[in-house]
Amino acid sequence: MTMTTISRRGLLKAGVAAAAASALPFSAARAAGDITIGALYVGPRDDFGWNQSHAAAMDILRGVPGVTVVEEENVPETDSVAKSMESMINLDGANLILATSFGYYNPFVLDTAAKYPDVQLRHCAPLWNPETDPKNAGSYFSYLNQAHYVNGVAAGLSSASGKLGFVAAKPVQTVLSNCNSFLLGARSVNPNATVQVIFTGEWSMPVREAEATNALIDAGCDVIGCHVDSPKVVIETAEARGAKTCGHNADQRSLAPNGFITGAESKWSTTYKIYAEALMKGEEVPNLIAGGYHNDMVMNTPFGAGATPEAIAAATAAIEGLKAGKPIYVGPLKDNKGNLVIEGAMDNYAPELEKMNYLLDGVMGSTT
Amino acid sequence: MSDAFFVVLMAMIGGAIRVSTPFLFVALGETLTEKSGRINLGLEGNLVLGAMVAYATSYSTGNPWAGVLAAGVAGTVLSAGHGWICKLPKVNDIAVGIAFMNLGTGLAFFFGKPFIQPTAPRLDAIALGGWSSNPQVRQALMVNPLFFVGLGLAVFLWWMLKNTRWGLVVRMTGDSAASARAMGVSVDLVRLLATASGGFLAGIGGAFLSLYYPGSWNESLSSGQGLMAVALVIFARWNPLRCVWAALLFGATGALGPALQSIGISKGYYFFNAAPYILTLIIMILSARSKAASREAPGELSIVK
Repeated sequence: MTMTTISRRGLLKAGVAAAAASALPFSAARAAGDITIGALYVGPRDDFGWNQSHAAAMDILRGVPGVTVVEEENVPETDSVAKSMESMINLDGANLILATSFGYYNPFVLDTAAKYPDVQLRHCAPLWNPETDPKNAGSYFSYLNQAHYVNGVAAGLSSASGKLGFVAAKPVQTVLSNCNSFLLGARSVNPNATVQVIFTGEWSMPVREAEATNALIDAGCDVIGCHVDSPKVVIETAEARGAKTCGHNADQRSLAPNGFITGAESKWSTTYKIYAEALMKGEEVPNLIAGGYHNDMVMNTPFGAGATPEAIAAATAAIEGLKAGKPIYVGPLKDNKGNLVIEGAMDNYAPELEKMNYLLDGVMGSTT
Repeated sequence: MSDAFFVVLMAMIGGAIRVSTPFLFVALGETLTEKSGRINLGLEGNLVLGAMVAYATSYSTGNPWAGVLAAGVAGTVLSAGHGWICKLPKVNDIAVGIAFMNLGTGLAFFFGKPFIQPTAPRLDAIALGGWSSNPQVRQALMVNPLFFVGLGLAVFLWWMLKNTRWGLVVRMTGDSAASARAMGVSVDLVRLLATASGGFLAGIGGAFLSLYYPGSWNESLSSGQGLMAVALVIFARWNPLRCVWAALLFGATGALGPALQSIGISKGYYFFNAAPYILTLIIMILSARSKAASREAPGELSIVK
């Protein structure tokens, strides 16, 4: 069984080494400081959602001189992500790998980082542990709930009924935090506003997302927010029914020419530019980058036709407030079962908020 | 409480009409195929490929009905491939079906990349709820013409299989290939035509998904609906009229999860979301125990033999 010790990958590597040797004059002509950045997406890069938000940032990097961008779409959270990363490192000569899906981290990013100590790997979720994990790995993530708070402010002043709807995928912390922030944003301008949430149970399930949107509108909601992987179906279904919408993850304004208010987007280009700059200067690439409005890591989609002038004014003021550190969660706040969950004012980056497992009073729905 | 009951009831009726059409088309196509003695598990592939082709055609030509036709043609070609390969000796139709399922979805994903972003013109609905002042009733009765086409087709297939010479030939091929050959019928040709026609219908089911509800093309659009529809055929015991009820029931229970959450019954939504599958299992177990069920299965099916 000696044949099995020659892996496909090993063969490819040998082939590349030969090719590189023959192409030496060309590679030497490459300017010093030139870098290659590889990005891996779990779905299609133009999905109007999570993957598109990363792909849009990579497109910005593509325009930076000296930066080569390589991308791979539809990489499942299995052994294939390890193979894709190795191929980017060995065949494309990537200096930095951006692994954008949650399930890529353990064990794939960790193992690859240990195997290739000269390559930087960064993963998009707060998982990197400075004590135990490789030093050439790291995490970056954004506090998207700040942008959902702004969504809520604009939605609260664009709704006639004060009844907002929220189509959510799964009751995990990020989704709950976005939904709660959406409510608090709306309540900051309309104390009687409510948010009704429907969980679909899946990150992407178009038929059920359409059903959930219809059910919310039937229940009287006139603005629909959402947190699903690809909000295209939610936005288009609501638009067809004449309801207003708030986006999530990517720019969905073009999908709803009449009812789009604004949307919550991460600004990954900020992080990616920091990485690229450090690599080109030969400096150390930061292991951990996290933030929200104060360090330009989240943004709101430009306002659509659904936003009223008061909504635009209030939302713009809310963005300025967040940049200055104005807290979103100001106690006393109860969850929708009546328990006191937040006592005083919480910093927007307080670690307690990372443990959120409840829906606030004013949100109709249940986490189980 | 009666208000809440009304909301859920209307949501389920609306859901049955909105969600059932793709199930109905795929189940009718599969019924025709299985009546001729072949199983085509690849209709999930037809559904996804049909959805992509319909969206792409509608986007390129601006005419959604051209998209529906193109989806049917794509489905026909794919299933004709299945029918042709299965006539070769020692070929297992179930294995070929699984291969064609992956082929269909793979082709759709590959060629569908440029059509995820753009918005294509969609099919219009007929508003049948104009008599009611209740917005919910009006919404539930926004019905796509393809739904009625599906209903008419079910009746037609039922009548054709029962009363016409063609129907008799299809049934005979499915029940006893030896008798069909004795009558001078080309078994392979009948099965090829039945499989290809079944593929046409499944392709149209896909067009409904991308051009009406939910009405956009992306790679998770079907989420296994084509496979469930194939199971519905056994559930409907190879009867086109029962396919209608099976598809409606499946659509209605699918609307249950979101509808219950919208009236505040939000506990246990994972359970309600699984309701259609649980219901299918229960009815399958009950119907499989009856002797009538095994009598109604076409005798030439590889799972029966």
